Amino acid sequence: MSNPKELELKEQVIRMSGVDPLKCMRCGKCSGTCPSYDEMEYHPHQFVYMVEKGEIEKLMASPSIFKCLSCYACVERCPRDVEPAKLVEAIRLLVIRQQGANHLKANQIPDLLDDDMPQQALVTAFRKYTK
Amino acid sequence: MVFHYYPGCTLKTKAIDLDKYARASAEALGITLAELDNWQCCGGAFTMAKDEIATKLSSVRALADSRDSALVTVCSACHNVIKQTNDAMKNDAEFAMKVNNYMQLDEPYHGETKVYHYLELLRDVVGFDKVAAAVKNPLKGKKIAAYYGCLLLRPGKVLQMDNPENPQILEDFIRAIGATPVISPYRNECCGGYMATEDKALAAKKSGAVMDSAKEMGADMMITACPLCLYNLTKNAPGEKLPVYYFTELLAEALGVKE
Repeated sequence: MSNPKELELKEQVIRMSGVDPLKCMRCGKCSGTCPSYDEMEYHPHQFVYMVEKGEIEKLMASPSIFKCLSCYACVERCPRDVEPAKLVEAIRLLVIRQQGANHLKANQIPDLLDDDMPQQALVTAFRKYTK
Repeated sequence: MVFHYYPGCTLKTKAIDLDKYARASAEALGITLAELDNWQCCGGAFTMAKDEIATKLSSVRALADSRDSALVTVCSACHNVIKQTNDAMKNDAEFAMKVNNYMQLDEPYHGETKVYHYLELLRDVVGFDKVAAAVKNPLKGKKIAAYYGCLLLRPGKVLQMDNPENPQILEDFIRAIGATPVISPYRNECCGGYMATEDKALAAKKSGAVMDSAKEMGADMMITACPLCLYNLTKNAPGEKLPVYYFTELLAEALGVKE
């Protein structure tokens, strides 16, 4: 492990998420079932491993944190109840809670819309991408 | 019987059919859905972080306002967010304390309200046998693939609606309205969800797999409880598509209350 700042970030992520990465037995089922697997630089099982190692800043800098669909497949199917999505969520929040770090800005919305897009898509995207 | 009802933002706009047929069918089955006053949007997704408070308050307000009976939702996302918030209010003492300190309700709220998805109302309160008995126009010969998606069932230990890997509530619903359920292996996989905003290709890939799987199994149509699933399946799935309906529309048709 890493420097004091990394250690502090790791503790913060564990506190926010309630996840214990040491429960992971590295079976990879979370990544196997993740619908965003192909879009991710770091996959769900790597989030668990990297949090355990304290590599939080690397994860914070990765676009992978904006690829979780919140579908709960990894949460449901983890045989050890590790719940990797909660780590992805905590790390994304560490990023977007910073001033000016929103991933989606209101002025981008008109270009994303089409006539049929439900409000649900937009409010969910805002919840995931914006503070 | 009267239940509190939380329609949610999309049911007032793009998914009017989901709402309108839910109410009409409930009336036909002897249940009145009384819309909560001044309900606020659930936000579409439950924020999993334990230190996140503000984004869950709209759900707590709806739950606390429903304490005298039970709360019914029909949108998969509202159901998911409100049930997960209720679970946190019941089981996460620190979260509940912060929420109650902030809200200063007449009486603190600790997850007392029972939350039903509309399908649970049909199964557990009305009973699918009673639904079947009230059917006037059975949808005989229709082969319907139920699409659960992700939010209706997961996380299973919190939502406690059905077996999240081998569910049957929508198939039982399909039988109750006189049609034949078609089981597709992608029925509880994600459609691409809100990613349709910034990554259409992902939404096309995921919803396309769901659609193709239902077609391969020989379905004539699909049903869903989620406006975002319906949007991805009808708008973003590539190629030839099966029609996709809200389950409440078929229920209203079967009960003879569809205008």
